[in-house]
Amino acid sequence: MKIALFGNPNTGKSSVFNLLTGLRQHIGNFAGITVEKKSGSFQINNQQHKLIDFPGVYSIYPRSKDEEVVYKVVSNPKHPDFPDLAMIVVDSSNLERNLLLFTQIYDLKIPIVLVLNMWDLAQKRGINIDIEKLQSYFPSISIVTTNARIGFGKDRLIDSIKNHQLIATSNLVVEDFKLCELENKKKQEEETQFRYQFLRKIISDIESVEKTKTDTLSRKIDKILIHPIFGYLIFSAVLFVIFQFIFSFASIPMDFIDAQTTNFSNFVANQLPNGLLNDLICQGVIPGIGGVIIFVPQIALLFLFISILEESGYLSRVVFIMDRLMRPFGLNGKSVVPLISSVACAIPGVMATRTIADWKERLITILVAPLMSCSARIPVYTLLIALVIPKQTVLGIFNLQGIVLFGLYFLGLISALFIAIILNLLIKKKEKGFLLLELPSYKMPRWPNVGINVLEKVKIFVIDAGKIILSISIILWALATFGPSGKMENAEKYVRANPSFTQLPDEEQNQKVASARLESSYIGIFGKAIEPAIRPLGYDWKIGISLITSFAAREVFVGSLATIYAVQEDGNENLRLIDRLKAEKNDKNEPIFTLASGVSLMIFYVFAMQCMATLAVVRRETNSWEWPLIQVAFMGFMAYFGALFAFTILS
Amino acid sequence: MKSNSLAKQEIGFKVQIKNILESSISNKLIELGFISGQTIEIVFTAPFGDPIAVELNGSVLSLRLEEAATIEVE
Repeated sequence: MKIALFGNPNTGKSSVFNLLTGLRQHIGNFAGITVEKKSGSFQINNQQHKLIDFPGVYSIYPRSKDEEVVYKVVSNPKHPDFPDLAMIVVDSSNLERNLLLFTQIYDLKIPIVLVLNMWDLAQKRGINIDIEKLQSYFPSISIVTTNARIGFGKDRLIDSIKNHQLIATSNLVVEDFKLCELENKKKQEEETQFRYQFLRKIISDIESVEKTKTDTLSRKIDKILIHPIFGYLIFSAVLFVIFQFIFSFASIPMDFIDAQTTNFSNFVANQLPNGLLNDLICQGVIPGIGGVIIFVPQIALLFLFISILEESGYLSRVVFIMDRLMRPFGLNGKSVVPLISSVACAIPGVMATRTIADWKERLITILVAPLMSCSARIPVYTLLIALVIPKQTVLGIFNLQGIVLFGLYFLGLISALFIAIILNLLIKKKEKGFLLLELPSYKMPRWPNVGINVLEKVKIFVIDAGKIILSISIILWALATFGPSGKMENAEKYVRANPSFTQLPDEEQNQKVASARLESSYIGIFGKAIEPAIRPLGYDWKIGISLITSFAAREVFVGSLATIYAVQEDGNENLRLIDRLKAEKNDKNEPIFTLASGVSLMIFYVFAMQCMATLAVVRRETNSWEWPLIQVAFMGFMAYFGALFAFTILS
Repeated sequence: MKSNSLAKQEIGFKVQIKNILESSISNKLIELGFISGQTIEIVFTAPFGDPIAVELNGSVLSLRLEEAATIEVE
C-alpha cells in the first residue's frame, strides 16, 4: 500500500516518519520536479507498505515551489505517488489551523488516518480534545493519538493502518469538492474562509481549554534569544562554536582519511599488475573518491549542529532576527543557513535554499552562496599563505598569516553580499517576497531525528558531488596520462638522456619523468595554451595546469603543483613543495611565486567558480542552464579582474 | 474612516482581526489562521522592529511589517 504523510510544518511529521520506517529510508525526487522525496518502507504482517513524506504545508494550495508537489499529487489520481491512504499528522495543541489541510484531503475522498500528535503537549497546556466527538464529525476516518517524538504510539499507528476505513461518502465539508486552479487565488481564499468557519464551529464543540494556550516557557527564552543585543551575541557565539568544530576538530578525521587514501592507493598500486588499469585506479579513481570522502567529517559536523538548532526551534529565531539585516541585500532571513553551510561546502548550502519560498530571494542566495569560502579552498589558501606571506606578528598579538586567512574569508562574505545587492537590482521580481514563519515552541532535540538528518545530508553530498568529482577526476587523469602521439615518450626519453639523470636516486628519477610526461600531455598543452591569458595575473603554464585540474575540486591544485614540480607530497605541511616553489624562477630569472602572484592566486580562488559539482547542483535547483552559466561568468570575471588588480598593484 | 493595520500595533496588545486586504499573500495569511474575528497578540518584534511575532491560537507566527500592514485590526 502507498501511504502519504501530510501535515503542517512543525507537527512532528518527520518523527512519525522515522518512527515507522526507522532507517529504511530513501531520498529521491518526485517525478518530473526537483523536490526532495523522502520515502521509506515498513512491514505489517509480512505485508510491505511504502510511506512517502511530503513537504510540510498549511494547505494543498502551495506557497513555494517545494509545496506544489502536494497539490500535483493529490489532484491527479493517476500520479505515480498518488496515495492509497493519507496519514495526516496534526499538532494537537493547534487543532483549528492543522485541520484545514485535513478537511481538504478529506473532501478529495482519500482514505485517512488522522494522527493527533504532540498529545502530551496539548494535555500539558490544558487543552482537552473529545476524540469521540471528532470522530462523529468524520465517521470514516481512523484517529490515533501519538507523541511521536518520544516514540509513543507506534502500535496504535500500525493498528490504524491495518484497520483504516474506506473513502468518506457523507459528512463532507465541501460537497462535490473540486480543487481550485493554482492561479485562482480568489477562489482559494473563499474556500479557505469557508473551511475555517466550519472548523471553528466544530472546534468549539470538541475542544475545551482550561487555562491559556500560551507556551510561557518559550516566551521567556525568547526574551533572551531575540533580545536586540544578547540575541545577536548568542547567535555569534553559536556560529563561533560551530566553526571551531568544523575547522579545528574536523581536521583530525580528515588527516586520517587523507593518509588512508594514500596508503590504500599505494597498496592497490602494488597489488595490481603495472599498466594503464593500475594507473587509472590508483591515480584517477581512488584519489577521486578520497577527494569526496575527505569532506564528510566537516559536512557531517555542520549538519549535526544545524539539525540540533533546527530541532530545538532556535533556527527559526535566527531567521527571525536576521531577516531585517538580510533584506537590503535582496536576501531573506532564511538565507543565513545556506550561506553558513556554504562555508563547509556550497552543495548542501545550495540545497538548503529550498526552504526559501520567494523565488527571487532563493535565486540570489543560490547565486552568491559559492562565494563563501568553502573547505576545499583551505588547502589552497594555506599553501599560498605559507609560501608568500611572512611569519610575522603585527600589532604585538596578531599573526600576519592568520590575518590574511581571515581576510580571504571576509572577502568572500563581503563579495557575496555585494553581488547580492547588484543581483537584487538586476533580477526582476515575479512576486513579492514574504516571510510567514512559525516560531515553534522550544524543545529538546530528538537524537534519532538529528542522526537521520545528518546521515541524509552526507548521503546526498557523497552521491551528488561524488559522481561529478569522480568523473572529472577520471577525465583529468586521462588528459594528464595521454598526449599527442609520441610526444610524451619523447619527453621521457629526453629527460632520461640527460647525463646526470642516472646519478639521481630512483625516487627523483621517477618524479622527473612524471613531470616531463605531464608537461607534454594534453593537460600540459592546455596549460600552455592558456598561458597568454593568465600571464597578466602573474601565472605561468605550470600554474595554468593546476588551475585546470582544480575543476575537479579546488584542493587538487596542491597535488597538481606537486606533480608538476616533481616533488613528493609530504603531508600537511608541504614543506618540500614550498621550498621547491620558492626556488622556481621564470625565464628572466625572477621568482614566480612572489607576494604579488601569490595574493593574485588567492584572490582568484576566492572568486572563481571552479567546482563542477556545485554547478551541477545549481543547474538542478534552478532547473536551467542560464543561471549556472551566469554564475560562472560573473564569478570568473571577478576572479580574473580581482587577481589582475592584486597582481598589478603589488608588483 | 481609516482603519488600523497590524503593523502599527505595539507589543503586548491584543487586537481583533477585522479584515485581510487583498494581496498576493492574502490567501496564505488566511490559511495560517488570520481570519476576521480572530484575536491576536503582538508578542515581540525582532531587533529594528521588523519582522514582528504574533500569537494566534496558541502558536507564534512571524511576519514582516509589510505583510502585517495588509491585516486590518480593531
